[in-house]
Amino acid sequence: MKKDLISITDFSKEEYLRIMELAADFEANPNQELLKGKVVASLFFEPSTRTRLSFETAINRLGGRIVGFADPDSSSATKGETLHDTIRMVSNYADLIVMRHPLEGAARYAAEVSSVPIINAGDGANQHPTQTLLDMYSILKTQGTLDNINLFMVGDLKFGRTVHSLLQAMSEFENPIFNFIAPESLQMPRAYKHHLEERGIRYFEHEEFTDIISEADIIYMTRVQKERFSDPMEYEKVKDVYILNKAMLENTKPNVRVLHPLPRVNEIATDVDSSEKAYYFDQALNGMFTREAIISHVMNLK
Amino acid sequence: MEKNDAKKKLKLKVSAIKDGTVIDHIPAKSLFEVIAILGLDKIKNQITFGTNLESGKLGAKAIIKVSDKFFENDEINKIALIAPHAKLNIIRDYEVAEKKIVEIPEKITGIVKCFNPKCITNHEKITTSFKVINTSPVALKCKYCEKITAENQIKML
Repeated sequence: MKKDLISITDFSKEEYLRIMELAADFEANPNQELLKGKVVASLFFEPSTRTRLSFETAINRLGGRIVGFADPDSSSATKGETLHDTIRMVSNYADLIVMRHPLEGAARYAAEVSSVPIINAGDGANQHPTQTLLDMYSILKTQGTLDNINLFMVGDLKFGRTVHSLLQAMSEFENPIFNFIAPESLQMPRAYKHHLEERGIRYFEHEEFTDIISEADIIYMTRVQKERFSDPMEYEKVKDVYILNKAMLENTKPNVRVLHPLPRVNEIATDVDSSEKAYYFDQALNGMFTREAIISHVMNLK
Repeated sequence: MEKNDAKKKLKLKVSAIKDGTVIDHIPAKSLFEVIAILGLDKIKNQITFGTNLESGKLGAKAIIKVSDKFFENDEINKIALIAPHAKLNIIRDYEVAEKKIVEIPEKITGIVKCFNPKCITNHEKITTSFKVINTSPVALKCKYCEKITAENQIKML
């Protein structure tokens, strides 16, 4: 049976750890010709330069060849071809499909249609599992473990798919603590808090972004996006409350690291960049190693 | 005793059928929806129904008797979503030959529309599929977009 990666919950804890192990291996030795003679289709029905370059670099470093398109205007979708037909055709050509699509559930559907593995590089607001795995690899690298992590999530916790998937994945490990810092209108949805309650995992909710972060091992920042607010007044009220600056990191633990899925706007002040606690640019680099690991895992290359 | 008398009176209100199906314990407010979903407004069979009948459990219930009609399982599933406590009596020669409790299945395939306008199933010809994550109130998790359609958001296809 072919292996796909559509949702972060498709993988078991053992598989998460296997990916982490492979990512460390690729970090030590990024160029391994495991995809030699293979063709990977990179289908971006929605542009995403950051994710696409990370995947395509990973494929190149594995010695694979790439076909595909970087934005929907140059794809057959503009001629009205269905996703079904595009995937049927491409899965005849390629050995693996990496796809990003604006509609939710598109990747799951593609996996049903395709005869070759599908890696979901983001389907609308639904899932972006490779981001979650690179976040986990960044936590593991900086903390030495995925157990006993006090994880602070800050900003838009309602619509942010990265925080939802990371919560699900980290809840598989020993004794995590979650702290949610968000305006009332953007709090962590009920379903995810319920997920933690079922597993007896502790979480705390805060509206104010204060020195409580002194407890944190990881501060995961997200962008508060204007378009999420129905009331512009509400946005004006909260937009500058969730900004992390260097002074705020003074009394935090020495091991704390600041993560952010990028791109950032103003939620992390630029003075944080020079702090040894800033990790978001390294996090992006970890993405390439993690994606080499994920490709190897779904294609059984190692 | 009193309860039995009440039952007898209720039976008199809606006449008996020789062969067919009696659908009981439909919430009164859902009666016409049940009729539409089952396509009872489009068939030639003899149908009698009663509504706003007293029921301890539902407040006001409705009952439908359809002559010479025996429902398939997937048709019954459709009823379960809006009338989860409905009970079916299969009648043969004026006798109850079989009773069926309508139960919401663990999986619902192709009956309900996903409420999420950005779900792929609302853009391409795909058979919808949901995992039932709660039955009272009903909550359905889409296999594709993973969003949860709540009971008050359920629309039949």
